[in-house]
Amino acid sequence: MTKCAIQAVGLNKWFGEGEARTQAVKDVTFDANFGEMLYVVGPSGSGKTTMLSIISGILRPNSGSVKVEGTDIWNISEDELAQFRLLKIGFVFQDYHLFPRLTTVENVAIPLILQNKPWNEALVEAAKDLEIVGLKTRAELPPVKLSGGEQQRVAIARAIVSRPDVLILDEPTASLDGDTGRSIVQFVRAHILTPERCIVIVTHDSRIYEFAYRIMRMEDGKLSGFDKGSLDAQ
Amino acid sequence: MRQLQLPGRLKVAFKLLVNDRTKFAALLVGITFAVFLMIEMTSLFAGILSRASSTVINIGASIWVMDPAVQTVANTIPVPDYVLDEVRSIPGVKYAVPLYSGSALLKLHDGTYQAANVIGLDDSSLFGRPELLKGNIEDIFAENAFIAIDDSEFYKLKGARIGAEFELNDHRGVIVAVAHVASSGLFGVPTLYTTYYRALQYIPSTRYTISYVLVEPKSAADVARIQRQVKAAGYLALTKDEFIDQISRFYKYQTGIGTNMMVMTLVSFIIGLSISGQTFYTFILENLEKFGALKAIGATGRELVSMILFQATFVSLTGYGFGVGLCALVIWLARLYLPDYAAMITFMNLGLAFVMVVIIASFSSYVGVRKVLKIEPFDIFRG
Repeated sequence: MTKCAIQAVGLNKWFGEGEARTQAVKDVTFDANFGEMLYVVGPSGSGKTTMLSIISGILRPNSGSVKVEGTDIWNISEDELAQFRLLKIGFVFQDYHLFPRLTTVENVAIPLILQNKPWNEALVEAAKDLEIVGLKTRAELPPVKLSGGEQQRVAIARAIVSRPDVLILDEPTASLDGDTGRSIVQFVRAHILTPERCIVIVTHDSRIYEFAYRIMRMEDGKLSGFDKGSLDAQ
Repeated sequence: MRQLQLPGRLKVAFKLLVNDRTKFAALLVGITFAVFLMIEMTSLFAGILSRASSTVINIGASIWVMDPAVQTVANTIPVPDYVLDEVRSIPGVKYAVPLYSGSALLKLHDGTYQAANVIGLDDSSLFGRPELLKGNIEDIFAENAFIAIDDSEFYKLKGARIGAEFELNDHRGVIVAVAHVASSGLFGVPTLYTTYYRALQYIPSTRYTISYVLVEPKSAADVARIQRQVKAAGYLALTKDEFIDQISRFYKYQTGIGTNMMVMTLVSFIIGLSISGQTFYTFILENLEKFGALKAIGATGRELVSMILFQATFVSLTGYGFGVGLCALVIWLARLYLPDYAAMITFMNLGLAFVMVVIIASFSSYVGVRKVLKIEPFDIFRG
């Protein structure tokens, strides 16, 4: 039996005031399970990123609830939510947002450093994750010396270093060429996805749909349906 | 031994700051330059004020009795002889002696003329005599005897040594000793000490001859009473510190020097504030998305604020240290070539510059903190 990682119920989100007020997310309800790689797809402006921000605890919805591993994340304090994100949710941003003034291994160690782990201990753990993503030899280089694909892998290593239960990837292939993009997602599926982890990917890139377990389609802020991926959830 | 370890997030903040070498250098240069200018300006002023009170400091009397119109120690208004007697009769006065302070034109051995300060000490007590480097104090009672002060103006006496002669108003003068004093004068002229009566004899004087009556009270409790009774007699009695304060006030508020120095210090502060504020703001702007990413990952606003405060504090204190060092170096170098250079770093100067650096750091971090607290992690997702 699959265990529910994310349970989103009746999510609504508006932006703006008066005549400029628009609804970005309209009554979205869905579940995402552990061991699943769920894609959120749809045209630009369909509300994917807004929905992703709501379920990852960085944008408060106007109504609805989100439970991650049973915790109602919009019913806890700001500090508790920040701590929850730090421990339970890993982020891979579209533009990676790596610190150019830190080395690659220091970038990966950031979530551990924010958890107040001792500096050297955090670097040792980060180096192990760099090894997982195949970049052990690049540990002391600044991210700007790495290729786009390598930077993406560093961002993935940073996202998994605190062993989060939920991994959020925002347009992971947007800045990469087709082959590199495919290899990155293939790598995520083969090495990062575990039965104890749920991965949610927002993407436009139909070339990587083949790696999805389920594809959630959004249109005009609404959930328009689910497609089954090429592989079933394990 | 356990090493002092910075918390990891502060180490990240430190690396973000110092590894951005161009901005770090610009911040350091801005703050160093501002601190240098602020301390240099205030040190010059402190040096001028100290030299303006040099006679008061060097003579060291506890109470100075003078005409109420006196503003600085250099602008003497002689008082009648009976004032000395009257002061001596005040209960609580241990002793009171006259002091002559004036200026004279010397004709040196090579025929050139040189202005000089002449201090005439009470003949019987020699109260306020300087610390001798060469010669014997008894020789001051010899015919035509003067003591030359080896300060930054000493060289203007052109090779003055024991036995050297000069002319003063057609009187022969002989240097019988060379002495040292705590503070050099402000006006760039050498100083000679002699006895009170010789000073009167050699230098043309007005009807009244005593420049100051120097008083030593029996105890600190007698000071107020002496001041009251001197005031009742129509004169002014100031303690050493009060006289120094009065001289300082004169130079601060009645000469324009204080205003000019204050304006220059303020300009230095504004330069430092704008350079470091602007550079730090640019630094924060460039890292804003990264701070947003940290917020999304799970850093709290408090943690980000602590990182920014640490950066601003570190760069400000480093710049402060460099600025103080640079100023000390410049003053030292200047004194090697310009013995008259009147700059003096005091704890007050350092404290004032430190307060201004704290304001610069607070302002810089305030603009950064405002920006960072405003950024929403959602903006990072939106790109």
